[in-house]
Amino acid sequence: MSYHYPVLQVIIPLIGAPLCLLLQIPRLVGLFAIVVSGAAFLISCGLLSQVAANGVLVYELGGWAAPWGIEYRIDYLNSYLLLLVSGISTVVLVAAQSSIKRELPENRHTYFYSAYLLCLTGLLGILATGDAFNVFVFLEISALSSYTLIALGTDRRALTASYQYLIMGTIGATFIIIGVGLMYMMTGTLNMYDLAERLPEVNHSRTVLSAFGFFIVGVCLKLALFPLHLWLPNAYAFAPSIATAFLAATSTKVAVYVLIRYVFSIFGIDYVDSVLPLKAIFLVLGLVGIFAASVSAIYQLNIKRLFAYSSVAQIGYMILGLAIGTKLGLAATLLHMFNHALMKGALFLAIGSIVFRINSSQLNHLAGLGRKMPWTMAAIVIGGLSLVGVPLTVGFVSKWYLVLALLEKGWWVVTVLVLLSSLLALIYVWRIVEWVYFTPPRIILDDVREAPLSQLIPVWLLVLANIYFGLDTSLTVGVSKLAAEALFGLLGAGH
Amino acid sequence: MDSFIGLYNYWIVCLLMGIGFYIVIAHENLIKKLIGLTIFQTAVFYLYISMGKISGGTAPILDDKWQLYSNPLPHVLILTAIVVGIATTALGLALVVRIQEAYGSIEEHEIQQQNAQDQLECQLEAYGFKKNHILSPKSLEE
Repeated sequence: MSYHYPVLQVIIPLIGAPLCLLLQIPRLVGLFAIVVSGAAFLISCGLLSQVAANGVLVYELGGWAAPWGIEYRIDYLNSYLLLLVSGISTVVLVAAQSSIKRELPENRHTYFYSAYLLCLTGLLGILATGDAFNVFVFLEISALSSYTLIALGTDRRALTASYQYLIMGTIGATFIIIGVGLMYMMTGTLNMYDLAERLPEVNHSRTVLSAFGFFIVGVCLKLALFPLHLWLPNAYAFAPSIATAFLAATSTKVAVYVLIRYVFSIFGIDYVDSVLPLKAIFLVLGLVGIFAASVSAIYQLNIKRLFAYSSVAQIGYMILGLAIGTKLGLAATLLHMFNHALMKGALFLAIGSIVFRINSSQLNHLAGLGRKMPWTMAAIVIGGLSLVGVPLTVGFVSKWYLVLALLEKGWWVVTVLVLLSSLLALIYVWRIVEWVYFTPPRIILDDVREAPLSQLIPVWLLVLANIYFGLDTSLTVGVSKLAAEALFGLLGAGH
Repeated sequence: MDSFIGLYNYWIVCLLMGIGFYIVIAHENLIKKLIGLTIFQTAVFYLYISMGKISGGTAPILDDKWQLYSNPLPHVLILTAIVVGIATTALGLALVVRIQEAYGSIEEHEIQQQNAQDQLECQLEAYGFKKNHILSPKSLEE
């Protein structure tokens, strides 16, 4: 049984999604989705412990050996992210039960859950697979289902946001498939491990160069790197709160994983350095993204949009870690992927609770809510402080390692800019605090109560995780360092 | 010059890709944008299929009559991509139908105008310019 973990991870939610449609009773569908996602979570826990014990796991689908068949290859990097994605998904689903009932009409519940499970399948599949073409297929599974999830939002602008995301996402995915095709043309293989071995023989050719170019642009569209992020704020702002929490916490991180996997494992960092000043590009785009998106976040009146812009800024930090190009920089990126998922998961779930109670995410409607919903608001404040990077939270840990990596490289100016950008984050978090605690209510809040326990518990679970992993960094820092070392090939393939 | 003409399949792919991309960017009509997107994707299908083609080659059938085979794998791969493309187009068209219902238009600038108006109303309310800024959560629901 445990031998089949790598594939069960993906198969269980894949089968769960159509079963949701067969299970017509809305109440049961929600519970069923939790069970499915929980099973995926338990399996990913098992996978991480297996990887820790035995090193890289290779699973051949249908028993066909690697270059011909499709293989799933699990190392530290994927198993760590598999754990993150399936864990966040389970926690979000627990909160979804009541929130979805409020935000969606009953006849759409089953569709929501089956689209959600398909999205989970896609994300887990991207992480687990060792086949370049499979990445594209799973990318499209997750993308198509997230367009659906976003379009389910109640505001009519959800439809245009979803349409815009569809256009940009499809262009991104098509660029990726062009890149994969050109690589196949030169090497005759689609297996990532095989590609990594064969590409060096042909990498002087223009075909590989254009494959690389198409690929980078495609992935950067998917991960919402600064000038290509236009789809993100509206998509996050108008989707149902639960969908936003899930997508914000996981989907862009998975796209960052794809970028890391291709740049480090397939093309190889030496090749990347020799053909394109990718580090310089990432450095500039990352920094501009951090500042531009943080400033935009300050001016937002909708709290969902505010944190969506802040997501773009946080992606800037991840890209900055890659731009450093050292082991420590890569470890900082991986660490921030994990930590940012915890922060944004907590924040968007808490916003979901606010929408649940007052049916609005406009900043001015939040005035005075600090007294009515103290626990939810406290969660937002702690999540916000984590975003700023205050000590004792995960945000501090990832910024600390980012700054360490920058100092190791001797980039003083960038270090100062990173620290300054935290002040911008402080401004937009402070705006929320001011509205919530120090402004008299703008709307009648008499019958507003604290969010139900079924939402508070998931929110606080993530908030406590924010604090716990801010104090005890042995797991997160340890695994991201191991993964970074494996990617730089210093420890072989993950041992 | 030989190589220029000899690579004609790639020139066609580039041309189609450019046309599709241009339509996506330049056209206002949401359905035309989707058509552009489809042309753009189709160009990639051609790229894959011409990649596996060997002149004079046939489908890989084990028979003495044929010795030269084209590579079938790109065809299989692109079959998957075609299915994905159809799913994307179908979803996009479904969204356009819903947009038409919600906005009464599928012209991008008209939709953006209406979105800007929605945004402005939110802002006016946030800064207290609207008289009914004291709302109960119930009235927000309506």
